[in-house]
Amino acid sequence: MSGASELIVKRIRDGSVIDHIPAGRSLLVLKILGIKGDEGYRVALVMNVESRKIGRKDILKIEGRYISDSEASMITLIAPEATLNIVKNYRVVHKVRLKPPSMVRGIVKCPNSMCVSNNDPEAQPVFTLEKTDSREPSFRCIYCETRLTGSDALTELYG
Amino acid sequence: MRNLISALDLERSEYEELFELADRYIEQLSKKKRLDKLNGKIIALAFFEPSTRTALSFASATLRLGGKVIGFSSEDAISIAKGESLADTIRMLDSYADCIVIRHRYDGSARFASEISGKPIVNAGDGKHEHPTQAILDLYTVRKIFGYVDNLVFGVLGDLRYARVVNSLLRALTRFKPRRVYLISPPQLRARREILDGLNYPYVEISDPRDALSSLDVLYVTRVQRERFPDDLEYRRVRQSYRVDPELVSMMSRDSIVLHPLPRVDEVDREVDKYPQARYFEQASYGVPVRMAVLSRVLGVA
Repeated sequence: MSGASELIVKRIRDGSVIDHIPAGRSLLVLKILGIKGDEGYRVALVMNVESRKIGRKDILKIEGRYISDSEASMITLIAPEATLNIVKNYRVVHKVRLKPPSMVRGIVKCPNSMCVSNNDPEAQPVFTLEKTDSREPSFRCIYCETRLTGSDALTELYG
Repeated sequence: MRNLISALDLERSEYEELFELADRYIEQLSKKKRLDKLNGKIIALAFFEPSTRTALSFASATLRLGGKVIGFSSEDAISIAKGESLADTIRMLDSYADCIVIRHRYDGSARFASEISGKPIVNAGDGKHEHPTQAILDLYTVRKIFGYVDNLVFGVLGDLRYARVVNSLLRALTRFKPRRVYLISPPQLRARREILDGLNYPYVEISDPRDALSSLDVLYVTRVQRERFPDDLEYRRVRQSYRVDPELVSMMSRDSIVLHPLPRVDEVDREVDKYPQARYFEQASYGVPVRMAVLSRVLGVA
């Protein structure tokens, strides 16, 4: 973690820290993780701080909740370089650079408005991982096979 | 083969088995043989979108094999008009029939139906996504006329972006070894990246059919639809330059063929019907035997 963010938010005792989120996207990361704020976790959201790795970045600290790797992998849709740190008693006990999930279910809608997943009340949007290379993973709708990229996901989540 | 959702669901050997089965059915039908492979089976034709030849050829194929047909051929006639979901309609058909043939305007609807139903699902066209039985029929025609599919040069002309038959045909060709495929369309109707990325044979995207005609063995024509163009002038210009007329056909070799999934509006000039290359009516005539083969395969009776 960079020194700048340390000045803004204190270390957490137990919980999860997600680092290297592209600047300005931490609110969307919370949305993907399904954290609305009324769950009662203490959440620190640090936006637009300097990063040696990616210029400017956001950091999320969620106290009292341990996010699993697979749960956190969903955020690679919009934060492909994010890392997850699990903190216990002020010490980082687990640190990973997140990998894209093999399947994304129900988080974002298919970009194709004529896809059955957007038109039947029982159909859920499901995407499988198509490409892991480069800095942007891409996914493919299992129904209409339309490609879902990070920018599609952003458009959808900002919506 | 349990479901037929995409042309990629079949391996080469399965295409060949279907072709051989269709050959046998043609022979048996010509001898007026009574077939009973689907005896006691009910096929549901769930045509949420209007269709004449696909629906009728599936119905005919079922009856020819001694099966029975239930179904509908427009959303107006059924409870969809009353707001019933696709999932509920499929659930109902699942309990009424042994196999569901579905056409629906939503992309991916056939795959979704296969998740709802335990009965075999045959995709008879889902939105702009796929129409695999048409592709089987197209390649069956090619094989019937040339004796093989490999090593031929194909040209696919027209709307390559929104035509589901094109997606299925290009994918079916990955199971064979075409020498080359010319994708001939106006720039705004090029084939989609999702489809092109999966092709394993040499293809070239071009705009003017005249650049390829003389080297083609098979010219596959699809209709360019008015609604794909923002203005009428542009549409008429494109339609004119992609219209197959005697002048274009005379640039093709005498052994080459012109195919079309039909119905045609005016993208193939009626004058072309007289040319030896015009084989689209013969192609349409294989609809029933090919669908007989598909139905007996998915139901595991052949």
